[in-house]
Amino acid sequence: MTLDRVKKGQSVKILSISDGLMRIQAIRFGFAEGAVINCEEVIPAGPIVIRRCGQQVALGRQMAGKIDVAIN
Amino acid sequence: MAHCHGPDLTETIKGDKRIVLAGNPNTGKSVFFNYLTGLYVDVSNYPGTTLEISHGRIGSDVVVDTPGVYGISSFNDEERVARDIILSADLVVNIVDATNLERDLFLTQQIIDTGIPVLLVLNMMDEADRHGFTINVELLSELLGVPVIPAVAVKKIGLSELKDNLSLARPGNVTPGVQHLLDAMIGRVANKGEALLLLEGDNIIADRHGLEPGEYREEIYSRRRERVNIIVGYAVEMDSERKSFSQTLSGLMIRPITGIPMLALILFGMYKAIGVFVAQTVVGVTEETIMIGMFEPAVRELIGEFTALDSPLGQILVGEFGVFTMTFTYVLGLLMPLVAGFYFFLALFEDSGYLPRLATLVDRLLTGMGLNGRGVIPLILGFGCVTMATITTRLLASERERIIAIVLLGLTIPCSAQLGVIAGILAGLGGQYVAVYVLAVFSVLVMAGTALNALLPGNSSDLLIDLPPLRVPRLDNVIRKTATKSYNFIKEATPLFALGALLVSVFQLTGILKFLQNLLAPITVGFLNLPPEAATAFIMGIVRRDFGAAGLANMSLSSIEATVALITITLFVPCIAAILVLFKERGKKEAAIIWGGSWVVAFLVGGMVAQLFNLFGQESGAAAPLVMVSFIFMTTIIAVVCSVVKSRKRKSIVV
Repeated sequence: MTLDRVKKGQSVKILSISDGLMRIQAIRFGFAEGAVINCEEVIPAGPIVIRRCGQQVALGRQMAGKIDVAIN
Repeated sequence: MAHCHGPDLTETIKGDKRIVLAGNPNTGKSVFFNYLTGLYVDVSNYPGTTLEISHGRIGSDVVVDTPGVYGISSFNDEERVARDIILSADLVVNIVDATNLERDLFLTQQIIDTGIPVLLVLNMMDEADRHGFTINVELLSELLGVPVIPAVAVKKIGLSELKDNLSLARPGNVTPGVQHLLDAMIGRVANKGEALLLLEGDNIIADRHGLEPGEYREEIYSRRRERVNIIVGYAVEMDSERKSFSQTLSGLMIRPITGIPMLALILFGMYKAIGVFVAQTVVGVTEETIMIGMFEPAVRELIGEFTALDSPLGQILVGEFGVFTMTFTYVLGLLMPLVAGFYFFLALFEDSGYLPRLATLVDRLLTGMGLNGRGVIPLILGFGCVTMATITTRLLASERERIIAIVLLGLTIPCSAQLGVIAGILAGLGGQYVAVYVLAVFSVLVMAGTALNALLPGNSSDLLIDLPPLRVPRLDNVIRKTATKSYNFIKEATPLFALGALLVSVFQLTGILKFLQNLLAPITVGFLNLPPEAATAFIMGIVRRDFGAAGLANMSLSSIEATVALITITLFVPCIAAILVLFKERGKKEAAIIWGGSWVVAFLVGGMVAQLFNLFGQESGAAAPLVMVSFIFMTTIIAVVCSVVKSRKRKSIVV
């Protein structure tokens, strides 16, 4: 499943990120492959807000579609 | 490339030792910087960028600030500048946000991996406490291999400890598995720091040494991330997620159902504060009483000593559009209070952390216009100053996003000075005219954005934005920002206004003004239904749009005339300063198209509003709502056509 299909409140584990630049940014922000994140907010047809520890990041919907996750 | 010969600035700032302050955005670096350096701080522009770098002294050593970054590489100007300054450091004071260690320590570990001595400051320890984090400072220091100082900068805790312990900075523990890679590279470049960045595939550093960039970025980044997670796992204990008020508020700001009403409320508050209170009450005192009542007669009396007031020279200096009278009355009496009001609100937005949340809220809307949510930041800054906002479009990821943002800024976003005058005039017209004005300008924004999105080749990038914790802005910080930006406004606007005043006076004396008025008359009188003198405002508007708007403020217009004139002047050409930046950033051709296009769009839309009012009957109460319905209708048609064009194009690429 991809991150854009996750529901608010779900906790998921990141399996892979298919976009190269995104993968590097994700490592810096701390949600690299293998990280467990919480889906805090899903804006209808808009971005997905994820949290890992204190770090909160908003991701565009298309970008979220390039991130493979599994329900934790 | 501009950086080929190394950074000039890092060579010109000299001291016994070079102490560099580094950290992620929003970690409170500036408080430490100000404490260490005291009052005497130099600000210089970093070569090849728009970034300003502050540096000051502590004893015989020099302290240099860096832009807030999440890592040092070549992803953007901030990172390139931070990288060069950090690599030139004798020691780095790394400020981190104690509530966000997993993120912040990535930069820390990267700096440690460069081999430069580091001193770590854990700022916002009080907030970490409140969020339920317990940080073992000694263990953290041992694991990283560098001294750690806990601090609460805003309460002045840890500031003197930092100053006293600067000499304790030392190189820390390099990420496991990276050392042997560094050893292989170190003979080929100047130092360990450059060796590291070369391994991480930094192509600017590679260019400088004529070497191929390395291919270990992902490997090193992953190892570093793993290392940081282990360190945080050992040194930080987390109470299970406590949901604080600021988190709840953050959620409300992002969700459309609550976020849009909140945004509307904020905008309404701004309108009341700036459009009503500042534009009427404050400006009433500063413009009417002080400038027109006291300053202008005094200047006239003074100039009258040297030359007759009705002579051409007297007219130019202190006449209707006098260089010494109108310039100062407009800049200081009328615009300055309005501009300060806007910058005050902008500083509140910046310091509270509202902007990234707004970006998240409007992402959906902006993707339809080929921007992502981040694009709202230059657009919002444009309400402060379009010129400055044009430069900040550099933070957008792709070329097409930059073009779209720049066109929208030049065409539809009125800057603070102009908007202040406009809000002042609108406040006197009544609600339905305000609605017509807002809707007409907003429709043009949407139509121009969707059209560009459909026509420009390629695709726009997606949103990725950090949402820092919401904080109550500190008043002293907000006031300092407001004061600095207002001062810069006066510095920049005054000469342009003087030039404009001179031009208009000369035009008036030579009869060119009458000639231009007659020349524009078919449009201004025939199509826009405005009195012939309104042309003067547009001629003034070529210099600066706020200058034009200020000209309108002093004419007596009916409500419909005022609405039409204001819509036209809003969409009119960007000011001379913005055009100069546009030429520099986008080249002659694009700048000329944007400038010429603004003329066409401004008069076309203004004329349409005037003609629609005519059509629906000026006196009838239904005219304003019908005009609005027409604009909504037009925008919808354009949006639908554009989305069809866009999806056709996408399909043709796939097939």
